[in-house]
Amino acid sequence: MRLALRIGRRIGIFAISLVGASLLIFMITKALPGDVAQVLLGIDATPEAVAKLRAELGLDRPLWVQYASWVGGMLVGDFGVSHVFPGQSVLSLIGPRLAVTLWLVGISMVLTLLIALPAGMVAALKRRSWQGVAVSSAAQVGMAIPVFWGGIIAVVVFAVWLRWLPANGYVPLTQDPVQWARHLVLPCLTLAGVQAAVLIRYVRSAFVEVLNEDYYRTARSVGWTPMRALWRHGVRNAAISLVTVLGLQVGSVLVGAIVVESVFALPGLGSLLLTAVNQRDLLVVQGTVMLLVLTVLGISALVDFSYLLIDPRQRTGDRA
Amino acid sequence: MSTPPTSLLEVTDLGVRFGHRRIEAVRAVSFSLEPGQRLGVIGESGSGKTVTALAVMGLLPENATASGSIRVAGTEILGLAEPELARLRGNVLSMVFQEPMTALDPTMRVGRQVAEVLRLHQGAEPGRARERVVDMLTRVGLDDAERVADAYPHQLSGGQRQRVILAMAVINSPRLVICDEPTTALDVTVQAKVLRLLDEVLTESGAACLFISHDLAVVSQVCDQVVVMLDGRIVEAGTVAELFTAPRHPYTRGLVATARLDLVEPGQRLPVVEDFYEADEVRS
Amino acid sequence: MKRFQLVVGLVLVGLVVASAIVSLFWTPFDPIQVDGANRLRPPGWPHLLGTDGFGIDIVSQLLVGARATLLVGIVSVGVSAVVGVPLGMVAGQLGGWLDEVVMRAADIVYAFPALILAMLFASVWGASTVTAMAAIGISTIPAFARVSRAGALQVVASDFVLAARVSGTSRLGIAVRHVGPNIAPVVGVQASVVFALAILAEAALSYLGLGTPRSVPTWGNMLRQAQDQLFTAPLQSVWPGLAIALAVLGFNLLGDGLRDYLDPRLREVQ
Repeated sequence: MRLALRIGRRIGIFAISLVGASLLIFMITKALPGDVAQVLLGIDATPEAVAKLRAELGLDRPLWVQYASWVGGMLVGDFGVSHVFPGQSVLSLIGPRLAVTLWLVGISMVLTLLIALPAGMVAALKRRSWQGVAVSSAAQVGMAIPVFWGGIIAVVVFAVWLRWLPANGYVPLTQDPVQWARHLVLPCLTLAGVQAAVLIRYVRSAFVEVLNEDYYRTARSVGWTPMRALWRHGVRNAAISLVTVLGLQVGSVLVGAIVVESVFALPGLGSLLLTAVNQRDLLVVQGTVMLLVLTVLGISALVDFSYLLIDPRQRTGDRA
Repeated sequence: MSTPPTSLLEVTDLGVRFGHRRIEAVRAVSFSLEPGQRLGVIGESGSGKTVTALAVMGLLPENATASGSIRVAGTEILGLAEPELARLRGNVLSMVFQEPMTALDPTMRVGRQVAEVLRLHQGAEPGRARERVVDMLTRVGLDDAERVADAYPHQLSGGQRQRVILAMAVINSPRLVICDEPTTALDVTVQAKVLRLLDEVLTESGAACLFISHDLAVVSQVCDQVVVMLDGRIVEAGTVAELFTAPRHPYTRGLVATARLDLVEPGQRLPVVEDFYEADEVRS
Repeated sequence: MKRFQLVVGLVLVGLVVASAIVSLFWTPFDPIQVDGANRLRPPGWPHLLGTDGFGIDIVSQLLVGARATLLVGIVSVGVSAVVGVPLGMVAGQLGGWLDEVVMRAADIVYAFPALILAMLFASVWGASTVTAMAAIGISTIPAFARVSRAGALQVVASDFVLAARVSGTSRLGIAVRHVGPNIAPVVGVQASVVFALAILAEAALSYLGLGTPRSVPTWGNMLRQAQDQLFTAPLQSVWPGLAIALAVLGFNLLGDGLRDYLDPRLREVQ
C-alpha cells in the first residue's frame, strides 16, 4: 500500500510540475511588450488589421481563457496553428521533425552508455595506474569541449580532409537506409562524445564506491576477478546512482541535440525551434518547448520509478 | 623449513606495509596450519590480524606490499597472478567477514549469491545448483531455507545473513575457512548459536580454520591452537589450555583474566587488559 | 595531483581574466574594423593567428571575446547565486511546506535548460546579451538552491547549532553566523562549476545567434563565422573553440581543486 501511495504521489508531482511548466511558458510569451499581432504585422500595420488578427488569434480574450484554451488544446493533441508556415498545425510541423531528433538522441544515448560505462569502470578499477588517470583526464578535457565545436572539428576531419562522411544534411531512413546512417554518424558521435565525457566521471565515482563496499570484497573472496565482481555485483548497485545522473542529463542531451542539429543542418525539432524563434512563431515555440520540458519532467518521473526496479530495498520493508 | 611440506597453510616471515610512507602493519609473522586444524588469531584492533587474513586470501588493498611467504597447499600466494588467486578463492580457501549487514549484494537474492559461488567453481548446472543451495542453507541452520533463498539481504536478520555468508564460504568444501570476527557484529545470544554452528560445519567438512577475534572466550569455543598478535607481531603461541593456565606475555595474561570473568568474586572490580599490560610502555 | 588541478585551473582562469583586462586597453589590431585587403591571412606575422573572413585579426578578437565570456559568466552566476543561495538556505532551515514548494519550483525550473529559456526569451524580446544572461542565470538557480539547502540541512542538524538555539540565537542569527560560513565553500565550488557551464551556454547561444549580436566579437560568434569558411580555412574554427575549451577546463579544474582544498571530507574515498 505504501508503494501505491508513493507512486501516486510521484504522478501527482509530475502533473503539478507540468502545470507549473506550462504556466511558466505561457507567462513568458505573454510578457511580450505590445503583442504578437503587432510584431507579426509590423509597425506600419493599421490598428484595424491588428485588431482583426488579435481576434483571429484569440488574443482579445482574458489571459486565463487563453491559457485554458492552449492547455486544453494540447490535452487533446491540438497545439494550435503556425503563423509562419501558413495553414500548418503545430503538431504537423513537429511530427516529422520529431523522428529526426529521436533518432539523433536515441542513438547518441546508446553510444554514450557504450563509451562511458566501460571507460568509467576502467577509470575506477585502474584509478591508481596510468590507464585510470588517462581516462579521467580525457573525460575532464572532453567535458570542456563545446558540442558545436566538437561537431565542427569532426566535420573538418572526417568530411573535409578524409572525405569519409557527408558534412551535413539528412536522408530519411525510408528513402535510403545507407545514406541515412552515413548522415547520422558524425552528429551522433559528436553528441555522444560530449555526453560520455560528463558521464564517465559519474560512472567512475559510482564504481569506486562499489569497490569500497563489503559485498564487493565478498564477491572477490568467493573467487570473482575484479572486473567480473564489478560487473556482476557493481553494475546494478552503481545503476542506482547512475540513473539519477542520466535523468538529470536528459535536459543537456536535448539541448545538445538542438545545437548538433544546427551544426549538421539536420531537419529536427531544434531546427524547427530555431526557425520559429527567429520568426516569432510563438505557438510553435510554445508547443515545441512544452514537448521538450514534458520529456525532461517525464523522464525524471520514470527515473524515480526505475529505482523500484533496480533496488529491491525500495520495494518493500518486510522481512522474510 | 621446520614444518613438513604437508602443511595446508604455511606463513613464513610475513611482512605487510601500507602506502607511500610504508607503514608496517604486520612484521615477521610465521605460523602454520595442518589440514583440519583450527588456529585462533587473537589481538586488539590494529594488531594486524585482519591484514594477515587478507594477505592469505590475496586480497590486500592495492597500496599494500607484502614480503615473506604464504603457501597454501604448497602454492605460493604472494605474487601469484590474479586469475590463479581467483581460482583458489571460494574453492580452496574462503572467508567469512565481520559485517553481515553489508557483506551481501543488496540487489541480488541471497540464493542466487550462494549459487553463483557453486557455479563459478563447479560449472553450470542450474537445476541442481538450486537444490544444493537450499540444502546448504538448511545445513547452516536456516529452517526456512526455500524462503530465505528467495529473499533479498535486507529482508533477513543479521544472524540469518551471517549464516548465508557461512553457506557461501563452505559450499565448495574449501580446505581452509578464514573467519574474521564472524560473530562480533551479532547479538550475544545469536553469537553463541552461530559459533556452535561454525564448529559443527567445520567438523563435518573437515576444513581447517583460521579464526580471528579479539575475544579469547570466543576463540576458545572453536579453536585448540592460538596465536596472540600485538602491534603486527606474534607475541605468544600455544594451545588454548596452555594459554589459559600459563600465559607468558603480560598482554596474554590480561586477555585470560578478562576471558575468565567467572573467577571474579562478587563485589570485586572486573579486570581489564590494562591491569596486566600497559600498551604505551612496550610500544615506544 | 589535486594541488596540480587547482594550479592549472587558476592559471587558465587567470589567462582568461588577463586577456579580458588587457583587451580593455590594448589589442594588436582593431578587433572590429573590417579590412578587405587582409582577408583570411594564415597564421604568421604580424597576425599571429591570421585574420578572419573580414580581415580582422584573430588574436585581437580572442582577447576581446574573453570580455563577453566573463561578463556573461559573472552576471549570470551572480544573479543565480544571489537568488538560489538564500532560497536554498531558507528551504533547508525552515523545512516543511516552504521547503516542499521551493524544491518543487526548483525541479520545474531545472526542466528548462539555459538554451530553451534563451529561445523562449528571444522569441519574445529578440536575442541579446541580456536575454542570454537572464536565461543562463535563471536556469542555474536550482543548482545553487540545491547545494545550499543540502548544506543548510547538515548545519542545522549539527550540535553547535543546537547549542546556539538553546542559548537563544534567532533563526536569522544562526543563518548568518553558522549556516552561511559553513556552506560558503560548497557554494564557491558550485559557482566555479556553474561558471564553466555558463561559458559553454553563452558560446552555444552566440553560435546559434541567440546571444550577443554578431557585430560584437565573442568566441561563439567567431565560431559561427568560421563555419562559413570550413572548407577553405578550417584553422579558423580551431582558435575560438580552443579558447572556450581552455576557459571551461580552467573553471572545472578550479572547482575540483577548490573542493579538495577547502573540504577534505568531500574527497573521494582513497
